[in-house]
Formats: sequence, C-alpha cells, structure tokens
Amino acid sequence: MLEDLFQKVKARMGSEEPQQGFSKMSVPSDLLFKCPRCQQVTFMDTFRENQMVCPNCQYHGRMTVAERLKITVDNGTFHEYDRDMRSKNPIGFDGYERKLEALSKSTGLTEAVVTGEAEIMGEKCVIGIMDSHFMMASMGSVVGEKITRAFERATAQRLPIILFTASGGARMQEGMVSLLQMAKTSGAAARHSDSGLLYITVLTDPTTGGVTASFASLGDIIIAEPKALIGFAGRRVIEDTIRQRLPDTFQSAEFLEEHGFADMICDRSHMRETLSTLLRMHREDSETEETV
Amino acid sequence: MSNLTAWERISLVHQKDRPTVRDYIPMIFDSFIEMHGDRSFGDDPAIVGGIAYFKGRPVTVIGQVKGRNLEENKASNFAMPHPEGYRKALRLMKQAEKFHRPVICFIDTPGAFCGIGAEERGQGEAIARNLFELMRLQTNVISIVLGEGGSGGALALGVCDELAMLENAVYSIISPRGFASILWKDASREQEAANRSRITAEDLIELGVAEKMIPEAPGGAHLGPEETAQNISAYLEDALQRFRDVPVETLLEGRYHKFRKIGEFSEGPESGL
Repeated sequence: MLEDLFQKVKARMGSEEPQQGFSKMSVPSDLLFKCPRCQQVTFMDTFRENQMVCPNCQYHGRMTVAERLKITVDNGTFHEYDRDMRSKNPIGFDGYERKLEALSKSTGLTEAVVTGEAEIMGEKCVIGIMDSHFMMASMGSVVGEKITRAFERATAQRLPIILFTASGGARMQEGMVSLLQMAKTSGAAARHSDSGLLYITVLTDPTTGGVTASFASLGDIIIAEPKALIGFAGRRVIEDTIRQRLPDTFQSAEFLEEHGFADMICDRSHMRETLSTLLRMHREDSETEETV
Repeated sequence: MSNLTAWERISLVHQKDRPTVRDYIPMIFDSFIEMHGDRSFGDDPAIVGGIAYFKGRPVTVIGQVKGRNLEENKASNFAMPHPEGYRKALRLMKQAEKFHRPVICFIDTPGAFCGIGAEERGQGEAIARNLFELMRLQTNVISIVLGEGGSGGALALGVCDELAMLENAVYSIISPRGFASILWKDASREQEAANRSRITAEDLIELGVAEKMIPEAPGGAHLGPEETAQNISAYLEDALQRFRDVPVETLLEGRYHKFRKIGEFSEGPESGL
C-alpha cells in the first residue's frame, strides 16, 4: 500500500530534471525516500537532514561526491587532482563515448571517482571518493589511473590515503583494459604500503566486483557504513547458482564484519571524527600521544 | 597462427579433450610434488600447486584445474576456485620467494566461484591480496593462459613479469554471454560479443595485456598434447632464461610498469601534478 502511494508521488514528481552538479538520486525531485533495506518511507527532507541515513533502519544511503566531501573534509581544504581526465574507448565499444558524454552532463562529473588532497579536522591526507551515480562507479581506465596516481602522489608526499569506495565492478565497455586496473591499483597500493604509509578504506553502498577484489579490500584499516552492500559476486548470480533466495543480510556491512573482513562499522555522524583520530594516530611527526 | 574467430576459439578451448594443467605438468616438469592447503581453512581442489624441476631447476607450479569429464570437473569445481584456493596459491608463491625459485602459473578458469561460502570467506579479499602480494613478490613470475582466463579469478594468478597465451586461449573480463546480456540486454548476441570484446591472444598482445603467444599443435592442443607441451616448454626455457639474472628491483619495476601503462584516457590542460 505504501508502495502504491510512493509510486504515485514518484510518477507525479518524477519528470523534474536534475540540477547541474548533482545527480538524480540526491536531488529532491521526490518528496519521499523509500529505504531499499527496510522499505520504510520517509520525507526526503528528513532523510537528507539525517545525512542520507534512513531514520528507521540506519541504512546509509548513496551520496554524491559533493555531498561526501561536504560532510568529510575541512571546508576549503580540498584540492582536486586530474579533474579533466576522461576515458577513451580502448576496445572500440559502440556508443561508449556518447554514454560517457550524457552521464557527464547529467551528473556534473567527468568520471566515477574524484581524487585530491584535503584536511580532515586538520589532518592532511589524500582522498578519493567514488560516485555510484556515474555508471555505477564501474572501474575503467580513468578510475584506475586516478586511484593509481592518488596512491603515487600520497607515496611521494608521504601522506596517508583514504578511499571511499562504491562500485558495481569492472567497466565492461573497456574489456580487459578495465580488468587490469585491478592489478594496477593494487600495485600502487602495495608501493604506498611498503613506504610505511597508512591506507584507510571506507566501504559504502554498493562496493562489489573488481573493486572489492582489488584496492577496496587492501586498506590497513577497513571501515564499512551500516547496511552497505559489499561483496564480490552479484547476488543474482549466486542465487541462480544455488537456486534459492539469499537473506537480506547477505553481503551487508554487518555480514562482512561478522566474517572478519571489516575492522568496524562506523556511522556517518562519527566518520569524520573516527578518520581524523586514526590519521592523528599515524602521524609521522608525532611520537607521543597528543591531547585532543 | 590461428585463423579462428574468438567465438570459434572459445568452443575449441571448451572441448572435453583439451589438455588441462594436470596433463601438462608431467609432460613439462620432472618430479612434481603437490602441496595442499592454505593453512587456514582447507584445500581447494580447483587449484593445484607444488614444486617441480624444470630443466633441472626447482620451480613452483600453480594452476587452475579443469577436468576432462564430469566426474573430474565435479571434483575440481570446474576450475572455479574458492578463497582458500587463492590463499593456497599465495602461500606457495611466498614459499617460492623464500627459496628464490621462479613461479609458473597456469591460468584456466571460467572465473572465481560465486557462492555463499566464497563470500563468507572473502573471495574479494583473497583475490585482492594476491594482486597486492604478486606485485611485490621478489622472484620471477611467469603466467600462461592455457584455455580460458575468466576475469578477476584468472588475474589472481596473472600478475606476472610476462604473460603468455596459448594460440587459441582467450582471456576476458566476463563471458561473452554476460557481456551481451549486460551491455546489450540480449544474451543471444554472445557470439558477436565474443568477436568484438578483444579477448584473443593477438588482441591482448596488441592491448599490452599479454606479451607472447605459444603455438598449439595444428588444429588445436587436443590434437597434439605432446607437441603443445613441447612448445610451452620451449617458451618457458626461453622466458626463465631471460629473467634469470635480472636483479629483483629491476624485475619489480618492470612488473609494476607492465600494469601501470594499461589504460586509455585523455587529459585537459588543468591536470597534472
């Protein structure tokens, strides 16, 4: 019944065009937000005021890069790297350029990840944020290259790196070139690690496929957001194999923590503080404990 | 050189009598001693690993195990490894590093297994860890695609100093059927997907993914397993010789850049350091 109501509202409001620089999901084009986890419907304003967390079940919703930056880094400290990097069409897939162009217009992004330097409560770091509104943040040449460069810059400048991951996996349109980005980014992560530097991954909804099977799983510290979908294989693929429905908790952040693949689950409201504390604990110039 | 299309090669490598890693090991190596288990959860029969002599020199051999009939395939899970398989492989790779012997990986898998246990035991983490550790493994690594290289599940044995492919082998990010159904919403266009997604040895050498192609017996490896094994052996002899005296730092630098260079993009005037 609620769903019917939601559909009607959505149908009425659905034609509104997204504003520039923001993605469809986060623009208040709908009055109501229906939680994909608990199915509860709330006012979109309430959901947004709550940092896009479902007030009923604490599902942490998907954010745009702009929204994530706003709640994570110190105001005015973010300097973006490689802003104009755009993908080519390595295997000559029909319509790929057109699709990228259209997405670029509708999301205001040039690709599925934004990288740069910033401060979090005064702690300097390299940061990368993936945005699932851009082709489900699949990893192609640009995502791979930007993440790799972010690691390389962090290594050269002896800075810690924090990556907020979200991804549907590999960018099929780039074929094997996409697959090898997994090795490339993992190699850059290894060099950063060998230099004794800190790498934190924050797994957000959804982190899957080739990103899970590369840099997302390689953090010294792995943090997950509540109720985020995190896994390797697609849920439907597994369901088809075993011929039964999987429980809703399968491949959730909580599932990951229970099985020992995440250090902690952290609420969005505590993320900034948690990250800055961890950064401070790993600061190279401070041997002794500092008072906060 | 094979003049078959990608689609024809896929059906060729799927032939039941195509030689598997278990057929090749005794034809290429001497005194193979198999090692089991990841020292943590169990032993994955989808991956075989051990130590052997190659032309008198100890080497570590690791490969994905296809079966040649249903029974064998059931036993080795159709060459689809679980996390413990990748962890066994990694354990043997680290062992090879310790004892300064080269690692030779044979890739032949439809992909990493997708299932409940695989997720519970961290399939993503297991593959990621192999990529990370292989990138810094201080010994020569050579990988050879025997039949099919399926996505991340293949790449976990494919981070190497040099990648060779058998003439008819394919290496892809997803099956042609998956490619067609995801990108065209039409699984029936799988043949077209195979031929257009650039997955053959020639394609991948051109893209910089693979370095060498190893000829098979005329008509395919199944028509001449011994001859194909001899070709693999000749390739390995040459490759191991070329990497033998390369200092570890140079080796790792070369491996990093083999992958670092992959990617096609453009940059505007504002980018750069």
